[in-house]
Amino acid sequence: MALLEVKNLSIAFGGLRAVDGFDISIEKGQLYGLIGPNGAGKTTIFNLLTGVYKPNDGIINLDGKNIAGMRTIDINKAGVARTFQNIRLFKAMTVLDNVKVALQNEYRYSALTGICRLPKYFKMEKKMNERAEELLKVFDLDGQKDIMASNLPYGKQRKLEIARALATNPKMLLLDEPAAGMNPNETQELMDTIRFVRDTFDMTILLIEHDMKLVSGICEQLTVLNFGKVLAQGETSVVLKNPEVITAYLGE
Amino acid sequence: MSFISYLVNGISLGSVYAIIALGYTMVYGIAKMLNFAHGDVIMIGGYVTFMIMSTMGLSPWLGIVAAVVVCTLLGVVIEKIAYKPLRGASPLAVLITAIGVSYFLQNIALLIFGANTKSFTSVVSIPDLVLADGQLTISGETIVTIIASVIIMIAMTLFIKKTKTGRAMNAVSEDKGAAQLMGINVNKTISITFAIGSGLAAIAGILLVSSYPALTPYTGAMPGIKAFVAAVFGGIGSVPGAMIGGILLGVIENLSKAYISSQLADAIVFAVLIIVLLVKPTGILGKEIREKV
Repeated sequence: MALLEVKNLSIAFGGLRAVDGFDISIEKGQLYGLIGPNGAGKTTIFNLLTGVYKPNDGIINLDGKNIAGMRTIDINKAGVARTFQNIRLFKAMTVLDNVKVALQNEYRYSALTGICRLPKYFKMEKKMNERAEELLKVFDLDGQKDIMASNLPYGKQRKLEIARALATNPKMLLLDEPAAGMNPNETQELMDTIRFVRDTFDMTILLIEHDMKLVSGICEQLTVLNFGKVLAQGETSVVLKNPEVITAYLGE
Repeated sequence: MSFISYLVNGISLGSVYAIIALGYTMVYGIAKMLNFAHGDVIMIGGYVTFMIMSTMGLSPWLGIVAAVVVCTLLGVVIEKIAYKPLRGASPLAVLITAIGVSYFLQNIALLIFGANTKSFTSVVSIPDLVLADGQLTISGETIVTIIASVIIMIAMTLFIKKTKTGRAMNAVSEDKGAAQLMGINVNKTISITFAIGSGLAAIAGILLVSSYPALTPYTGAMPGIKAFVAAVFGGIGSVPGAMIGGILLGVIENLSKAYISSQLADAIVFAVLIIVLLVKPTGILGKEIREKV
């Protein structure tokens, strides 16, 4: 069975059907791309998948459990993590703390334990530090763990966002335009990172992207969205040759 | 010598403002609202201790613990009933609600405890400190207030910087949406913030009425406003700002009382606020928000 199975997902804002009968099926370990012209509803789909918006209709099965309409934090606990089109790190916090924030559901202790600094506090903080540093090392960020997130160079901020998302221990990772604002070299490096994340963490990844080089380079499957509806779906190489897709999105 | 005495008393009063201001600034940082009922929680704390100590004749320690527990719960309940339903409403609606809650608490106290002033028995039992051959006397209350405040400020700074709850608070204050998507329970974090702020208010209340022992249903109003001024003065949303703002305000108030005019002291305090805000609108340690063009 597919890890993510979405059926007939729909949401309307006033009279605008932003997402209309969206279906998708993603197997575990797949690298899946979601493309489409601006305003096609891609980010809206991410917001529906993460519970930021509640769908008017449809089901979202994650690992056999319907998460449609659940609260954002519960969906996160169920195993969906994401990054943002415009980087949304906690800029006034250190690189390490950004990751530790995302680890706190795994290493729990109460506020009172924290105030009184009971032994459990030190034990959990130590574990959290170790886990966070391990993750940062994977992304080659461990050397900068104590600097403010806002002082990282752009490409590294993107990496930190992915590390932070992975820290919530997700089954599935949603990347919203990870290559936005990157130069070709950075994009190349990002492609390696995404592949690396998939292989190292055995992660299932759904990404929105406009950079066709990245999409054709790493996505195995592709869904093209236009006006909130699925225009084409299937293997990347086949979809990109589809005449309808070329007219609607790529241009002649 | 008298200058030192005024200064020390000013620091003591300022420490109380600082503790109250911590509550204001933390709640503002996280819920982006001004909780004008915060001052009245102080008064409730005072009454709870008064009841335990004077009415029931039990130990001051019990009075302090009871006040902290009652105020912590009160803070959480106020947030749940009055503010949570308004999350996402216009800031003005929340502000008016907060003023309403403030009046509600004052009138509840009026109903239960009556309008007449209660003479609060100090919880402090250590003797006054006499220095320089009797020329300088520092009261036990002053000493305890300053020590308690230093402990609270260090503890709060460590709590916010070094614990998971503190990190969650920082994350929520910076970006609620992203925090939620990283699995942080925003509502719970806001509740905890109110709980801590109100618990601190209880301690501030007890320290305040120990030094200035007249307790009425309106006892919390003025210190509440002053602490709010202190929070704005230091840069609202900033924890060290609230501490610095509170202490500076207390010192300015006490020195004005001593050397300029005791009647004009409050006017001077507010005038200082106006000047600071004219020169640096974000307060002493406030973050400047630069807009990218």
